[in-house]
Amino acid sequence: MRVMVLVKATEDSEAGVMPTTELFEAMGRFNEELVKAGIMLTGDGLKPSSQGKRVAFDGPGRTVIDGPFAETRELVAGFWVWEVKDMDEAVEWVKRCPNPMFGPSEIEIRPFYEMADFGDVVTPEIAERDKQLRAKTSGL
Amino acid sequence: MTATSIEPHRAIEAIFRIERARLIARLARMVRDVGLAEELAQDAFVTALSEWPKAGVPANPGAWLTAAAKRRAIDRLRRDRMLARKHAEIGRDLSEEDEAGIAAIEAAMDDDVGDELLGLIFTACHPVLSPDARVALTLRLIGGLTTDEIARAYLVSEATVAQRIVRAKRVLGKAGLSFEVPRESDRRDRLSSVLEVVYLIFNEGYSATAGGDLTRPALCAEAQRLGRILAGLAPDEPEVFGLLALMEIQASRLAARLDPNGMPIPLTEQNRARWDRLLIHRGLAALERAEALGGAHGPYALQAALAACHARANRAEETDWRRISGLYDALRAVMPSPVVDLNRAVAHSMAFGPEAGLALLDEIDRDADLRNYAPLPAARGDFLFRAGRSAEAKVQFERAAALSRNDRERAFLLRRASACSGPGETM
Repeated sequence: MRVMVLVKATEDSEAGVMPTTELFEAMGRFNEELVKAGIMLTGDGLKPSSQGKRVAFDGPGRTVIDGPFAETRELVAGFWVWEVKDMDEAVEWVKRCPNPMFGPSEIEIRPFYEMADFGDVVTPEIAERDKQLRAKTSGL
Repeated sequence: MTATSIEPHRAIEAIFRIERARLIARLARMVRDVGLAEELAQDAFVTALSEWPKAGVPANPGAWLTAAAKRRAIDRLRRDRMLARKHAEIGRDLSEEDEAGIAAIEAAMDDDVGDELLGLIFTACHPVLSPDARVALTLRLIGGLTTDEIARAYLVSEATVAQRIVRAKRVLGKAGLSFEVPRESDRRDRLSSVLEVVYLIFNEGYSATAGGDLTRPALCAEAQRLGRILAGLAPDEPEVFGLLALMEIQASRLAARLDPNGMPIPLTEQNRARWDRLLIHRGLAALERAEALGGAHGPYALQAALAACHARANRAEETDWRRISGLYDALRAVMPSPVVDLNRAVAHSMAFGPEAGLALLDEIDRDADLRNYAPLPAARGDFLFRAGRSAEAKVQFERAAALSRNDRERAFLLRRASACSGPGETM
């Protein structure tokens, strides 16, 4: 199964405080373990929300909001995408991660939807629409 | 939001799954016996199951399991020596020899050169074993699949798989292998055996040869994981990256290649919005790496380059069929096979018209190997259909359907056959 592993923001990360050399090295070693275990698909760090933007939707309305955003602990500072056997395995790998922040911090694991999860949601109507889309995109 | 802890047994099982292959690899190098190594690892796991819930999970579970297994190995050695002594009724003290044996174990365990897992992969894929045995042993030892899981994936009985693994371990034991990563001249042949096993597993998952399901995605995922592990362990081998690129790009289409009824959708008609962009991105990066390492003309890199041609085209009409034809011409030189020739004919038919494809098929027809190979009449049917020769096409599709071993593929071919008779009907 594929999971997204979200490194949550802290006051420090939101302030753009750079990690120490030691933390960089420890993270490098951890990433290397992930690669060698064959579970790492991708991952990266994100700049503070002060450099981000949000687009708010309300019916037909679209409002652009500039960062920074409140609720620091709900923001995302970095992510990985892993391919693991199950959530238990993902949890064990996250436990091995060095604390990515100076103070207390959190890492959240969220499984991706997979084909099987949709089950009956893909009705014949959706399948038909898909077929039409396919015909359109391939110019048939 | 509540703080919960995973049920301890499940957490321990997850840790064991993470550590297992490396642990077995370390133990195999020490005791020179994969069967015994697997038993020792299992014993260490059982010990962890009884001790960790009481004492807590150790800070470095891998080291803990290794130490526990090492103790078991030493106990076993002592016991075996004791038995040997009793049997021989020798009175003299063997303790010096004991200590030397234990020291050797200690040295082997501490000498963590980092390539023990690679050594185990090479051993499980050793050419002394049959391909079936290599596949089963690799899935068991490296993939951590149970014999039951392997049996279900391959639609054979659990007893068959268990037997295959037992026999494979016995063959390896008799061969007196070193469990090291092979060097220099030996390495190339041994590596191609490893890559062959990984790709066999992938293909069994990607195009199931028998049964009702056209794909068994779990096997694809396992093969991709093995490929990624190999890329991490052997970062200078171009063909490792060629194979990884090939698997990642092929797997990117898993969600798009079947319709909701489980019928296959030809590559050119797939909804490309459903292709997995992350896997395509990873595949293209791996291919670039293979080429940078000087491996552009390796058989896997060439196949990956072919898959990449499709992955790069955002619409089917953008497919560079001339480049694909050229790549097949190159692939034919390094990997001559009637199946490559067949695909080459398909590529040429797309680049230069159905008649060009039919001319190449005529050359293949002289080869008896493909006489009962369903894709051959299926391709001929397709070329004839596109050339406007519907009646001849229908005969070929029916022939292909009769040869197909997959229920759903057969249904697909029969649909194409019946589409040949209806006026104005299109696929």
